[in-house]
Amino acid sequence: MASIYNLFVINKSGGLIFYKDYGSTGRLDTNDSLRLASLWHSMHAISIQLSPTPGCTGMEVLEADTFDLHCFQSLTGTKLFVASEPGAPGITALLKTIYELYADYVLKNPFYEVEMPIRCELFEYNLLQAIRREKYSVGGR
Amino acid sequence: MIGVGRGPKQLLNVVDRPLGKGKNEVSLSAFAFLFSELVQYSQTRVDNIAELERRLEDAGIGVGLRILELLCHREKANRRETRLLGILSFVHSTVWRCLFGKVADSLEKGTEHEDEYMISERELLVNRFISVPKDMGAFNCGSFVAGIVKGILDGAGFPARVSAHFVSVEGQARPRTTILIKFAEEVLQREARLG
Repeated sequence: MASIYNLFVINKSGGLIFYKDYGSTGRLDTNDSLRLASLWHSMHAISIQLSPTPGCTGMEVLEADTFDLHCFQSLTGTKLFVASEPGAPGITALLKTIYELYADYVLKNPFYEVEMPIRCELFEYNLLQAIRREKYSVGGR
Repeated sequence: MIGVGRGPKQLLNVVDRPLGKGKNEVSLSAFAFLFSELVQYSQTRVDNIAELERRLEDAGIGVGLRILELLCHREKANRRETRLLGILSFVHSTVWRCLFGKVADSLEKGTEHEDEYMISERELLVNRFISVPKDMGAFNCGSFVAGIVKGILDGAGFPARVSAHFVSVEGQARPRTTILIKFAEEVLQREARLG
């Protein structure tokens, strides 16, 4: 069974607004997750500049030896990153589901301030449900 | 020109026209965003949680009064409930079906006090997307629905104090919302007289 390692939500100015790790592989502490998030934000921006095709919207998948990095960019500039096992299928669909949950449980919550860190109980609860439903093993928890 | 070429039927006064059945579906997303804005707007104008609850309740009262008028005309052929249980089941079924598309999960009588009734809902529609931050304690956006119920009861001649509370249920991750209705003394006295 394929597994995902961690999920990052990055606001349009590159700040990490949500981080969660799933499973014991690739766990990060707060400092590392912040650093990695801004690194990936910049990497995404650079990939747009470097692309030979005009109208490129940026990197979608980065394949490394030990993990795959999938990115979903919303129209408002919020980016979702998921690090998964190499070759894990169906992550694009999972990212879409996560974006729907973000639109529902974060943006429709009157106590959430846009671009600020996400602290929504319902979002985390439904996120876990969705990841379980998509049959990704959430090991170690 | 407006009205030219139309039959006499369309020129009827608005109060003479039959009352429409109403559109019974509204986009949940649109409502959720509007309600979210209502809460945020109210939040900028209050100093404490109790005041915020009162503001949401006030917003609901206006809805309740109008819903009562509308549903009495539309569903009940201008008949009005005069008895306590009658009006409670009207709120529990007719009003709930009109507002939320379903009957409320339960209607119970309070065990400790004679004048208390409770309408419980496993997942209140207005609370579907809302996570209340820990520092706001027991605040419940269901106050808006409590206001609607209060508006209906006040308008029908059953003055009551209505409030919304989270009640945790065993074996379920999410607490349910209970709308607590405490009727004024005169209502119970009248009920007793009517027998």
